[in-house]
Amino acid sequence: MRYLPLTQEDRAQMRAAIGVSDVDALYADVPADLRLDGPLDLPRGKSEIEVERLLGAMAQRNLSASRAPFFVGAGAYKHHIPASVDHLIQRSEFLTSYTPYQPEISQGTLQYLFEFQTQVAMLTGMEIANASMYDGSTACAEAALMAHRITKRRKAVLSGGLHPHYAEVLRTISHFASDEVVSLAPDVLAHEDLAATIDESVSCLVVQTPDVFGNLRDLTPLAEACHRHGALLIAVFTEAVSLGLVTPPGEMGADIVVGEGQSLGNPLSFGGPYLGLFATRLSYLRQTPGRLCGETVDADGRRGYVATLSAREQHIRRDKATSNICTNSNLCALAFSIHLSLLGEAGLRRLARVNHANAVDLAERLARIPGVETLNESFFNEFTLRLPCDAARLVENMAEAGVLAGVPVSRLLPDAGLDDLLLVASTEVNTPQDREAFVAALRGAL
Amino acid sequence: MLDHPEDFGPETFSGNRGLDQEEPPIFEIGRPETTGVDMDEPPPVASRLGGLERKRPIGLPGLSEPEAMRHYVRLSRKNYSIDAGLYPLGSCTMKHNPRLNEKIARVEGFADVHPLQPQSTAPGALALMEELARWLLELTGMSTIALSPKAGAHGELCGLMAIKAALEARGEAATRKTILIPQSAHGTNPASAALLGFQARVIEAGADGVVSEEAAAAALGPDVAAIMLTNPNTCGLFERNVVGIARRVREAGGYFYCDGANFNAIAGVARPAEMGVDAMHLNLHKTFSTPHGGGGPGSGPVVLSERLAPFAPVPFLARDGETLRLVEQRQGTQSLGRLTAFHGQFGTFVRALAYILSHGSDGLAQASRDAVLSANYLRVALRDVMTQPFGDRACMHEVLFDDAFLEGTGVTTLDFAKAMIDEGYHPMTIYFPLVVHGAMLIEPTESESKRSLDLFVATMRALVASAKRGETRRFTGAPRYAPRRRLDEAAAARKPVLRWSAA
Repeated sequence: MRYLPLTQEDRAQMRAAIGVSDVDALYADVPADLRLDGPLDLPRGKSEIEVERLLGAMAQRNLSASRAPFFVGAGAYKHHIPASVDHLIQRSEFLTSYTPYQPEISQGTLQYLFEFQTQVAMLTGMEIANASMYDGSTACAEAALMAHRITKRRKAVLSGGLHPHYAEVLRTISHFASDEVVSLAPDVLAHEDLAATIDESVSCLVVQTPDVFGNLRDLTPLAEACHRHGALLIAVFTEAVSLGLVTPPGEMGADIVVGEGQSLGNPLSFGGPYLGLFATRLSYLRQTPGRLCGETVDADGRRGYVATLSAREQHIRRDKATSNICTNSNLCALAFSIHLSLLGEAGLRRLARVNHANAVDLAERLARIPGVETLNESFFNEFTLRLPCDAARLVENMAEAGVLAGVPVSRLLPDAGLDDLLLVASTEVNTPQDREAFVAALRGAL
Repeated sequence: MLDHPEDFGPETFSGNRGLDQEEPPIFEIGRPETTGVDMDEPPPVASRLGGLERKRPIGLPGLSEPEAMRHYVRLSRKNYSIDAGLYPLGSCTMKHNPRLNEKIARVEGFADVHPLQPQSTAPGALALMEELARWLLELTGMSTIALSPKAGAHGELCGLMAIKAALEARGEAATRKTILIPQSAHGTNPASAALLGFQARVIEAGADGVVSEEAAAAALGPDVAAIMLTNPNTCGLFERNVVGIARRVREAGGYFYCDGANFNAIAGVARPAEMGVDAMHLNLHKTFSTPHGGGGPGSGPVVLSERLAPFAPVPFLARDGETLRLVEQRQGTQSLGRLTAFHGQFGTFVRALAYILSHGSDGLAQASRDAVLSANYLRVALRDVMTQPFGDRACMHEVLFDDAFLEGTGVTTLDFAKAMIDEGYHPMTIYFPLVVHGAMLIEPTESESKRSLDLFVATMRALVASAKRGETRRFTGAPRYAPRRRLDEAAAARKPVLRWSAA
């Protein structure tokens, strides 16, 4: 087996050194009736070429985003990733290192995490950020738990514009942790009166912008309403590129900002691995979950970095920890950070403008189709269409015509009576020809 | 011999030391107007941002492509890695990460597929998940699998939620609030239990390092929801009373959660189902070689017994004849709910399956046996100079030493670890498990050649001899040959600097 360096002779010598004639003797503590008496009923090992053929054939059966005009979003977005990003994250020293437990030989990881934390704090308009969570949805759940610890209250109010998967993740953990969740009805037009839901019993209000229907929301009055009642405002985003163009939640008074970072540096990969972004106020530092990197000096006085404030974390505090998280999404955070370093402020802003322009152009083209209506008053690169038919069926038909048209709202909210709504995203990867192909396919399918 | 640098001025003028080059943060290199991504300005459009345009600058620096390459390549060289050397972190399973896995995960038909495009356009992705599930279920003997948990600790949460859901269905969730956890457990175990409102109660292992059936039985009662046992445990020992413990737990109305972090010792050799396990997470980033990436992404699928199977989270795979589909909504099921957006760490599923198919059932069992053989080879080669806390007995895939052999030398476990850095090794896991004084937990994995193991043994023996000879400064001043010497962690925690700012 190509991954196993020991030869039969090595094994024999090693057994002799240990003083056993058979490796099974080393398994003496495993009761004999637990031990398998032969290989499992599964195929034997394969060469590289065989594995490539087998898995390559599986991959061939999927319609990839690059092979079709592509408008699918709803929490994961296809963006162009510079070639250097994927090259750099595959450096052995990044790819095959562990959590930076020995800082003297992990300065590469620790420094890029320090840079990542700074970038995320800048982007969200917050004071501090952690070194990443699993993804946007789990970051959102951790934010609510953190708000409960800070406010000593246990009720979260969820906007009807929050991504339904995020809401479900939060409801699931809250159910088992015996915390209360108030989920508002799906809010396609961003007309809900969130401020009216806040009172002295509420720990946090969770609001997404751009929301799952694409609407941009002004958080300033919501932050004021929350703070009037001693509650925290948790702002959520699923499209990090939007922060290049829109006012960041931190400038609108949010207390915790969480989001999905996949848009920068990370491929769609059928839903993961992605990375959760988590930023907050400095005053909440000690209630923040996850890994944090800090600057310090070494014994020679040279600048260096360490994982810090680990007294919050599970490996020290065990059942008193702020979170059970151990592994985060380091390599995805590195990809995010490299992509953002390459873009820089000028590049990110331009990328965001291109996304917005493409989406505006698509919305205008689609609005000219009889019976089709764009519902949003405001949006960044994604909006909601009302169709004169069932959106899920239409998407299937358009896929057969070679266009991946978007996400039917019924896929996320099957029982909401919103079967005629379609979420459509347009990023920099779409060409005018792609958008025209969408229009033509939609006309043909109606 | 050259003059000491102090005789002729600063060590170097640049601050670099040959290949070890200093690299400032991007904020001291980049400029806001610089970009490494060329893109045309879009035609002007009537803004649809609803008056929420960003008004203030962000402050983000940009790098041209050559600057970015140099920055990150220089940073990378400040990291130790498996590809560069033995990385014997116990309980972390730092095995070789095959590049075939990386290649296949990047194939367009996997990497460039959206989780919410119509399922009819991604049958290959669903087939891959089903094939991975088939292997993991066969390897563990369990009934069903939840693929979506994103890491081991997330898997613990999933398994404990399934247990709580089952207790709710029995009407006993309000009374069964205790989880039994040995002191040697990973910190994530009590943290996961506490997060879900359980009380973690410690059970003591015996002098032989494992939990006895009697100790488990004595701790059981009508308040106990479950026991969380790591098997093999973090002392490198197989919990040999596991079957009896599982039976007692079941008889007392509880469930058995197994922390599968150490599955690499027994994959293809013994199956958790036969041990009476109800729920267990598998760390694909340990046992199944997906890269650790400096601390993630991980992946922690959870296998469940028949009695917990109905409570598996969404999404899960369902087969209607020829058609495979993902059930994404819990309505109409007993599912516990949802752990994450979308379907889990699909990219790690691809890598893990590539690893599994490469090994096959025969290769996986051989890998486990080699891992155990290598750990025992180190144990025997070091036992006369280092000290084992639980006597001289065979270990599983990792070998645990304590610091008794350092007594009177003035050298601590930490000092010893730092001296290993100077010798070109990543230290083993230290000060864990907590039940052993000055613990040193060594896990070589199956990826090391005998030559590599022999060199490691020679180095370790030389270090022990040096410590015993009283060469304390070799240890207390280490590391000397790393990109940094010991870092002031107390200062970092006392006055946290968590983001860059202009001096």
